[in-house]
Amino acid sequence: MEEIFVLENVLEEAKAVSVNLEIVGLQKNYRAVTALKSVSMELKGNKIIVLLGVNGAGKTTLMRILAGLEKPDRGQILFNNQNTDPKELRQISTLVFQKTAMFTMNVYQNLAFGLKIRKVPKEVIPKRISDALQAVRLIGFEKRRAKKLSGGEQQRIALARAFLLDTDVLLLDEPTANLDPNSSTIIEKVIISQKSSQRIIIMATHNLNQARRVADEIVHIHDGEVVEIAKTDDFFENPKSEISRKFINGELDF
Amino acid sequence: MPDIIVPAIQQAIKLITSGDPEVYATVYRTIYVAGLGTLLSCLWSIPIAVFIGLYNFRGKWVIKGIFNALIGIPTVALGLLLFLLWSRQGEFGSLNLLYTLNGIAIGQAILVTPIIVSFTANALGNADTQLRDLAKTLGASGFRTNLRLIRETFWSMMLSVTAAFNRGFGELGIATIVGGSLAGETRVLTTSIALDLNRGFFDIAMAYGVILMAIVIILALTVSLIEHIKNEDITWKKFSFWKMY
Repeated sequence: MEEIFVLENVLEEAKAVSVNLEIVGLQKNYRAVTALKSVSMELKGNKIIVLLGVNGAGKTTLMRILAGLEKPDRGQILFNNQNTDPKELRQISTLVFQKTAMFTMNVYQNLAFGLKIRKVPKEVIPKRISDALQAVRLIGFEKRRAKKLSGGEQQRIALARAFLLDTDVLLLDEPTANLDPNSSTIIEKVIISQKSSQRIIIMATHNLNQARRVADEIVHIHDGEVVEIAKTDDFFENPKSEISRKFINGELDF
Repeated sequence: MPDIIVPAIQQAIKLITSGDPEVYATVYRTIYVAGLGTLLSCLWSIPIAVFIGLYNFRGKWVIKGIFNALIGIPTVALGLLLFLLWSRQGEFGSLNLLYTLNGIAIGQAILVTPIIVSFTANALGNADTQLRDLAKTLGASGFRTNLRLIRETFWSMMLSVTAAFNRGFGELGIATIVGGSLAGETRVLTTSIALDLNRGFFDIAMAYGVILMAIVIILALTVSLIEHIKNEDITWKKFSFWKMY
């Protein structure tokens, strides 16, 4: 009995320590195009990390690799100091796409899809779904056809679908692109509310104001390389690299 | 034109309501061969389509191209080939398929294979990238992802199956050459039309034509209606024809 108790204590302590994700020398080429040259960084939970960069900088490629959708040509991804492959990454992370995709099902079924696949006990699914809908302020939308909802509503459902899974890594690829300011504000608030020591939130955006509002830490990617990693205030007040300074001032040449 | 069409429709109604067993039998035989042919074809066409649509392999575009080209295969050419294979002296003469309804059905199953394969594979290919990624990021295995994609394209599949049925239902070449249009045995709507036209029974031929068209249209509309109801979550109480479009 005592041993079990001790073990539980250890587990509790382990939980209190934040999760961490280490990216080492990630490289990706698409035929002749180099999307990521060599990306390394270390990320911890309880923070929203914003990947900042112009279109084509490599943000989406990095997101897709972290989501386990693509294999890097070189480099490693360590989760809690363990090396992971794409299959494992798909279990520990989930990705919300820039362009929302919905299954031809109603909202409830769309939300339940991932839970069923991850073998969440049947009896807790309805409760978790209604909580998630409450979080994105779409209570009572269960029976609506997901594809018939507005762009903003669909994106909120997509977010709810991702939150529900309670993955260790939450990846958001420009989740508010093409949305009106009102929807963007709701989505930003929801994202912030999801912060936890057990969860790493990585969001890609090219919107500087949004980065300022949401981010705890900024990772500036340019031309497939990490140019700067800094706390949000430091990044905007006192950017260390020339490229970051130009990017903030909107002077970056292509 | 109305001088021809209106009496033809009247004649068709008369034929249907006359209770002539041969008319019903002809309609039944036509539905039987096209239905059996389509179902048989589904057994191999859908697995082939799923393979082509969801998996990448070398030379995929060649295979797709061949199936696309075969959509337009002339029914008489296929009928002739089957006739030679199934005739007494043919390779498969012992199967006794010549001049039988099942023989026509098998011929039609081969005929409609490219239709089901091409349309279904295309639909699966188009649904592919985004929904595939979505299913994967939600944690689905490769198998579950494919299963989901197949369900997503269910109605496109139904459309290809309907098109296949209609192709078999309205084809003449195989029914004539393989079936032989034997009265009371292998005569179907299309061969009846051809025969009655030759015999100078123009109005009866037209009437059969009207019946043929009516069945094709009713079937297509029924499939569309079911799809519409499914997609819109319309309950029968709420259903109104005028809200459809």
